[in-house]
Formats: sequence, structure tokens, C-alpha cells
Amino acid sequence: MNTRLYVLKFPKEVIDQPIICNLVKKYDLQFNILKATILMQQEGVMVIEFVGHKTNVKKGLAYLGEMGVTVQSLAGNIRRDDEKCYQCGACTGICPTGALSLHRPDMAVVFDEDKCTACGLCVSVCPARAMEVSLNGNIDLAA
Amino acid sequence: MSEYKVQKTYEEINARIRAGQAVVVTAEEMVGIVKKNGPVEAARKVDVVTTGTFSPMCSSGAFVNFGHANPTLKAWKVWLNNVPAYAGLAAVDVYIGATEPTEEDPLNKVFPGEFLYGGGHVLEDLVAGRKVRLKAIGYGTDCYPNKSLEKEVTLAELPYALLVNPRNCYQNYNCAVNLSERTIYCYMGTLKPHGRNATYCSAGELSPLMNDPFYKTIGLGTRIFLGGGVGYVTWHGSQHNPRALRSENGTTRRPAGTLMVQGDLKQMSPRWLKGVSMQGYGSSLAVGIGVPIPILNEEMATYTGVSDAEIFTQIVDYAYDYSHGVARNYGEVSYAQLKSGQIEVNGKVVPTAPLSSVVRAREIALTLKEWIEAGRFLLEKPIQTLPGE
Ligand code: SF4
Ligand code: SF4
Repeated sequence: MNTRLYVLKFPKEVIDQPIICNLVKKYDLQFNILKATILMQQEGVMVIEFVGHKTNVKKGLAYLGEMGVTVQSLAGNIRRDDEKCYQCGACTGICPTGALSLHRPDMAVVFDEDKCTACGLCVSVCPARAMEVSLNGNIDLAA
Repeated sequence: MSEYKVQKTYEEINARIRAGQAVVVTAEEMVGIVKKNGPVEAARKVDVVTTGTFSPMCSSGAFVNFGHANPTLKAWKVWLNNVPAYAGLAAVDVYIGATEPTEEDPLNKVFPGEFLYGGGHVLEDLVAGRKVRLKAIGYGTDCYPNKSLEKEVTLAELPYALLVNPRNCYQNYNCAVNLSERTIYCYMGTLKPHGRNATYCSAGELSPLMNDPFYKTIGLGTRIFLGGGVGYVTWHGSQHNPRALRSENGTTRRPAGTLMVQGDLKQMSPRWLKGVSMQGYGSSLAVGIGVPIPILNEEMATYTGVSDAEIFTQIVDYAYDYSHGVARNYGEVSYAQLKSGQIEVNGKVVPTAPLSSVVRAREIALTLKEWIEAGRFLLEKPIQTLPGE
């Protein structure tokens, strides 16, 4: 199973088509929409999490491309706001890759961006909401 | 003949603090000192041990007086940044509680709810100096004819704001697991099914009540570090239970003693009062508290010398047992084990994660140590200690 966050940009021509529905039916993908801004007759932007087998995710993304949807992976776009983080460690229990870990014996919480796959699991687990998903550094989804 | 080899009074310790001669160490530093020198020698050397804890503490809030308007208003319902505050006190006095959600919060309708803003966040905004929108409505009386009021307030402009937390600083807390089939979201964090992770919430050897397990020096009037300012212990907290199961060293193996604390909100800082969102549970306030423990004799040195390896807690199932009042546990573990990152539950190795910040707890103990060393902070002898066993 593969869980990843993507940003999809829908051109206005395809907004009324059941694209996400097809992804579920044809490619056996589960999804979780984290943010969507779709206005009738205009371009739409959606932040979505796909859960499914790696090859299915790949096929699904190819399908999106065919439909004219631009796809951007969010990997590497998770950052920690060190002002907000109070070093509790709650996120270390949920991070699947070890990108968030406790340094012993001082119990400092270390964030290693290189290990982060942008699965997004830490975002809602963090009591201080210090883990932020950002798109190219200018769209702030945690706000 | 005294029963103690070393005996000091609060007055003697304070005189040494005033003279800049007091020896102050943190509860972490005290572990090694007692181990190396023994309690009697440690008590001779050390005057004060500082403790600290920083974690979400739900039973928190503040009394706020927002001043009279012209024409006057007797507030009947009040909101701060759209979070309801309790107004059933007097014309312009309210209590804003940490776990109160925003008026239109979706709560757990889409489970698990996010609870991005609540009373705890209002308190953080106030201490950060940010503007907070105050809305009040009244029903109109002869002496208070005004029926509604809306204005922006800052902490500096408020005539009075007092943090009053009826239950903080729990002496020990459970280690939580989830033995059900589905993920649960609770105040102990996100717990995976089939007991695949465990969470815990105590600063262990740094935690205030672990260093004075029988409350010999803590009680009504004890001066403390509270939210970055100076506060006081003003009563035992709600649910204070001194009769919980104890180890031979006196530390409790279950949730036990609690403190009611208060202090002037205007002295506090957003670094030490932080609004938090517990997914699926609600909002709350992370509070920083540090209690100084006077080393009056070798007994207090022994208590403050306690280490993570000697403090135990029970493993509790939060999926069924906790919510149904089943008094059952799945074994006991020490804080040294919990902090190592894995424990054993039902014969399986389970990864652990903390909710209480040891880094911040240490910073509080060090800050309090600095305050005392600089002669800025004197110890207060409690008028009455907390109810004991
Ligand atoms: S998004 Fe968060 S939980 Fe996921 S890998 Fe990155 S740091 Fe870990
Ligand atoms: S859960 Fe949030 S506040 Fe706690 S250590 Fe992780 S990022 Fe920091």
C-alpha cells in the first residue's frame, strides 16, 4: 500500500467530469480530499491523498494526465514550524518512515526531511499543528 | 534529638537565595547527585531542586474582567473569538475554559474532528498580545441598559485576567494502548488497533509531584513557575487522590495527586501556554509548570533523587476499559522503559510515544533554577499542605 499526497489542477473543460469517481472504479484507489477549490466554469485545484497499490497509483496518475489534469507530488513539501513545535514527540509514534524521531537521551524531536514521504499523517496528530503541508512554499494548507 | 541528620528551614534557604549562595539543581541533575553522595550528603549540598512539566492540561482556564461599557451592560452570554465564555458571574466577569470549542466547530461530525481552535487558543492569543474579538449580549436592566457589545480586546487592555486551573500537574498518568479492532482518537493521541502503539504523558523524574510524592513541601501558597510567570498552588486539584497505589520510594504507580494553580495571565507567555488540538477529542491548553522543592532534610533529598527507572505506571486499554470504568491493566512499565521507545504488552514489543515534552520540562526546571540563583524567586512555605494518604 502506498499513501501519498498530490496536488491536482483541473482545467475548466474537465471540471464537470467524474474523474475522481473513475479513479476509484477503474484503478481501485482510495482517496481523501484534503482541500479543494473548484469553481464552476473555472480551473480547480485539489489536494488529495491516494491510497492504493503502487502500480494502480501509477496508472491512475497516467489517467489523470490523459484527462488534462496536472499532477504534482507533494513529497518533500512538509515542513515543521519550529516556533509552534513544542517537542512533545506525539508525532514520532505515527510517522511511518522515521522522519520524525526522538533523540535519546535528551528526548529532542528530530525532523529529517530526507526521510519524509509527505504522507501527511503527522499533520493532524500534532497537537500544536506544527507540521505544515505547503505547495512550492506559497500555498499554506494548514491555515 | 532530631530524626534527621540534616535540617534546614524555609527561612534559612531563602536567606541563602537572597545572599546568592543557594545551591539549586534540577530534578534530573539531582538523580546523579544523590546516587553519588547519598541522601544525607546531597541534602547538605543542595538547597533547592527544581522540577518542570509541559503538556496538555485540560482543566485550565482564566477569569477575565473586560471592563464596563457606556451605557453599561450586564453580560449574559459572552464569546471570545467566537468561543463561548461562561458569564454567569457578574456584569463583566467571565471564565474562559481551555476545552470550549468555537461556536460553529464541526466537532466530531466528520470523525475524527480537528478542533483547530478553542478556549486554549484564545488564551494563547491573549498572552501572545494578539487582538481577540469580544462579543457580549445582555437582556437589559435598569442599571445595565445596554444589550450588546462587540469590540477587540488585548490582554494589556483588560483590567483583570487570572489563569485559574482547577486541575493541573497530575502525579503520574496512564500509559495508553488500544486493544480494539479500529484506530481510536483520544486525549492520549492516536492509538492504532490491536495495541500496535502506546502513548504516555508525564515528565517522569522531572515531574513536580514525582519529586515530593507525599506533598511534604507543596500546598496552599507554594510559589511556582506558571505559564512563564510566577503563580501559586491554591488548593489540591480536582480528582486529587493521595491514596493511589505507591512504590516503596513513595512515587505513585497510578494517576494520583493533582494541583490547582493560579497566576496573573499578564505575566505569562505563549511559549508556556499553548493552545492544542487533540484530533477527535477537542482543544485544550498545554501548560508549563515548575515547582521548586526545598531540600529541608535527607528525606527530601531521597525523594528528589528518584529516577525514571524507579517510577512506574500502568498500561491501560483506552478502547474499552477506560471508557467503561473497567479497573484492569496490562502490566506496569517504568518511565525509563517508556522513554527507551519500546515496551512489552501482552508479550508483544510495542513502540511508545510521549505527549508530554521532556525538552520543555527541562527548560522550565532550568529557568526556575536561574530565577532562584539570581535571587528573583523565593520559596514560600505552604499555609497548608495538600491532603496526604
Ligand atoms: S508527512 Fe509526517 S508522518 Fe509522513 S513521513 Fe513525513 S514526517 Fe513522517
Ligand atoms: S507532535 Fe507536533 S509539537 Fe509534538 S514534537 Fe511533533 S511536531 Fe512537535
